[in-house]
Amino acid sequence: MKQNLLPAFRLTLVLLVVCCLIYPALVWAGAQLAPAGGQGETISHNGRVVGYDNVGQNFTRPEYFQGRPSAVDYNAAGSAGSNKGPSNPDYLATVQARLDTFLVQNPGITKAQVPAELLTASGSGLDPHLSPAAAAVQVARVAKARNLDAAKVQALVTEHTQRSAFGPDRVNVLRLNVALDALQNR
Amino acid sequence: MNNELLSIGGIYLVTLVLALPLGAYLARVFRGEKNLLDFLRPVENGIYRLSGIDARREMTWQQHMVALLTINLVWFLLAMLVLCTQGSLPLNPDGNPSMSPDLAFNTAISFLVNCNLQHYSGESGLSYLSQIVVITFLQFVSAATGIAAAVVVFNALQTRTTEKLGNFYDYFVKSLTRLLLPGSLLIALILAFNGTPMTLQGKQELISLQGDSVAVSRGPVAAMVAIKELGTNGGGFYGANSAHPLENPNFITNAVENIALVIIPIAMVFALGFYLKRRKLAYMIFGVMTVGFVALLAPTVYYEMHGNPAIAKLGVDQALGAMEGKEIRLGAAASAYWSITNTVISCGSVNSMHDSFMPISGMSQMLGMMTNAFYGGCGVGLLNFFAYLIIAVFIAGLMVGRTPELLGKKIEAREMKIAVIVTLLHPLLILAGTALTAHLYAGNPTEYSGWLANPGYHGFSEMLYEFTSASANNGSGFEGLGDNTPWWNISTGVVLLLARFLPIVGPVAIAGLLARKKYVPESAGTLPADTATFGVMVLAVIVIIAALAFFPALALGPLAEHFSLY
Repeated sequence: MKQNLLPAFRLTLVLLVVCCLIYPALVWAGAQLAPAGGQGETISHNGRVVGYDNVGQNFTRPEYFQGRPSAVDYNAAGSAGSNKGPSNPDYLATVQARLDTFLVQNPGITKAQVPAELLTASGSGLDPHLSPAAAAVQVARVAKARNLDAAKVQALVTEHTQRSAFGPDRVNVLRLNVALDALQNR
Repeated sequence: MNNELLSIGGIYLVTLVLALPLGAYLARVFRGEKNLLDFLRPVENGIYRLSGIDARREMTWQQHMVALLTINLVWFLLAMLVLCTQGSLPLNPDGNPSMSPDLAFNTAISFLVNCNLQHYSGESGLSYLSQIVVITFLQFVSAATGIAAAVVVFNALQTRTTEKLGNFYDYFVKSLTRLLLPGSLLIALILAFNGTPMTLQGKQELISLQGDSVAVSRGPVAAMVAIKELGTNGGGFYGANSAHPLENPNFITNAVENIALVIIPIAMVFALGFYLKRRKLAYMIFGVMTVGFVALLAPTVYYEMHGNPAIAKLGVDQALGAMEGKEIRLGAAASAYWSITNTVISCGSVNSMHDSFMPISGMSQMLGMMTNAFYGGCGVGLLNFFAYLIIAVFIAGLMVGRTPELLGKKIEAREMKIAVIVTLLHPLLILAGTALTAHLYAGNPTEYSGWLANPGYHGFSEMLYEFTSASANNGSGFEGLGDNTPWWNISTGVVLLLARFLPIVGPVAIAGLLARKKYVPESAGTLPADTATFGVMVLAVIVIIAALAFFPALALGPLAEHFSLY
């Protein structure tokens, strides 16, 4: 033990320099060449930064597409999921309440059209995306609130649908809403 | 939906294609043969010189273990010191407070043992200094510790008779310089180029499109996430771990992270074959592990992609599967795949919230940790498997009436005792811990009401999962558990310590004892260990131990919940 203590201590110091100084510095230097310079990609609208490409935001007004429910109210400084178990009765009541609210806010939509991802909280509480179906069921509401043609809004959704050869197709909610605002400013 | 299934198959295939050559490379590194990264030798020699280490001094297995435990103690003290004082140390742009002693104890132990039971949330619980000097640092060195211990076993299983099993520091440092550091650098850069932050700036305050004020946590994420996966540690930078869209921005990063977290455990199996020049043995081990892995994976993918029956009853569309706690860009299949890879290999990073998985999926995750040897953690997975192997050799030997032998060395009472203690320690820690906690809870449910986020069977599963995760050194959780309390911090901390170091010391001791014995060349009377028949035997031993030990507890939690839902 004794003859190991001093080498252990010295090796720890050396490795602190290697793993905690040199390694992060190399990654940092490499990240400077990345598209967003290691800062995370942001989205601007009318000359101001309105959010991060990869961080979901809370949208409550009818003229915006709403993202998925969030267990942390889209607190980007405290991500978390709901951690509700599949058989929890309180949780199932919450999902039912979300469904009822959604049906009131989106008249004309039937239960069977509502995708479950609009009623279930995401893993991070910051999911920036919707499935194309979850955007489509909101088109009528958004178009009405903005006095736009529904077909035009749907076209915008289609344009913002990112198809992936691997994972599910998705729509970035913030980008879509920014595009909507830009459309009306024109 | 089908492309989701295809892509998880693709992820697994790429992992295999990369793991084979990596295993061959690792065998060369640890045999001291010529290899790709030999140009790093001056760096390693510099490290040895600065540390006053003679890397050529061969050690006995006891000397290995003393060296390993001593340096781990130094790291523990360093981690405690930093965590308890981080509030007043530099690199703390968000002004996060110092940890309470019991939380610091749990956190320090947790990362020391290559686990990540995070009873805090990264954004608010750690300064950037702690993220780098404690978390990232321990993620490197604890993984290297596990690999070094496995290499001691490799060395001991050769046919010669010896006490001298190489140098611990040599194995340990080479694990870092030849594998973990270059690998992490590559992965970190891929992440950074896909949008993961790598900055020392604090939160960014901004006004959202709708007009709310928002603070977005950033940090030196890419560097940390790379080693978190590659070192099978799993501790996330952010609270939501790899479900967080900055920590895991898209499907590509998801695939890269998922491959990174499982590649070393698989490569180490192949490395064993190349190192000992017994490739058939390695394929047998790999085969057994893969059968176990797939048996846990298939039901999980099935149940997650088919959604929650209780939500289906509401009459809504569940085409994407059970999406509670999952992210759109990743989807149900890739989330299910990740959850099983990270539980079988004791990684503990998550890209979806396990607490919200269907009961059978949750049970599969727990079984992955309960067996803890289907691939298993960085280095230590193979050590756990080795203990099962010894037991299987012994039982098979008894069945056919031959002296139990492994690779030409006799297995005797001492080795058996150690193997049995190591194997039974795991169920003991899990079941005793859960039983004690359930007893506490049942005695006063109002006082401990903050513990459980879900009532009924699922609440019991949350407690069982936490102890399983601690004992497997996994670190994921049914995170609804309110686990930042002195009881949870201290009890799981103790479980973590025991479940890390005994399963390292035990198998190394067995290997050390075997190495001293005379080599008996294989003959017609030998029970060969590298056949499919013997593989079935090992699998049976694993299944019997896991099933007998854990079935009653699983029946109370996930199984009961399953039958209440379906």
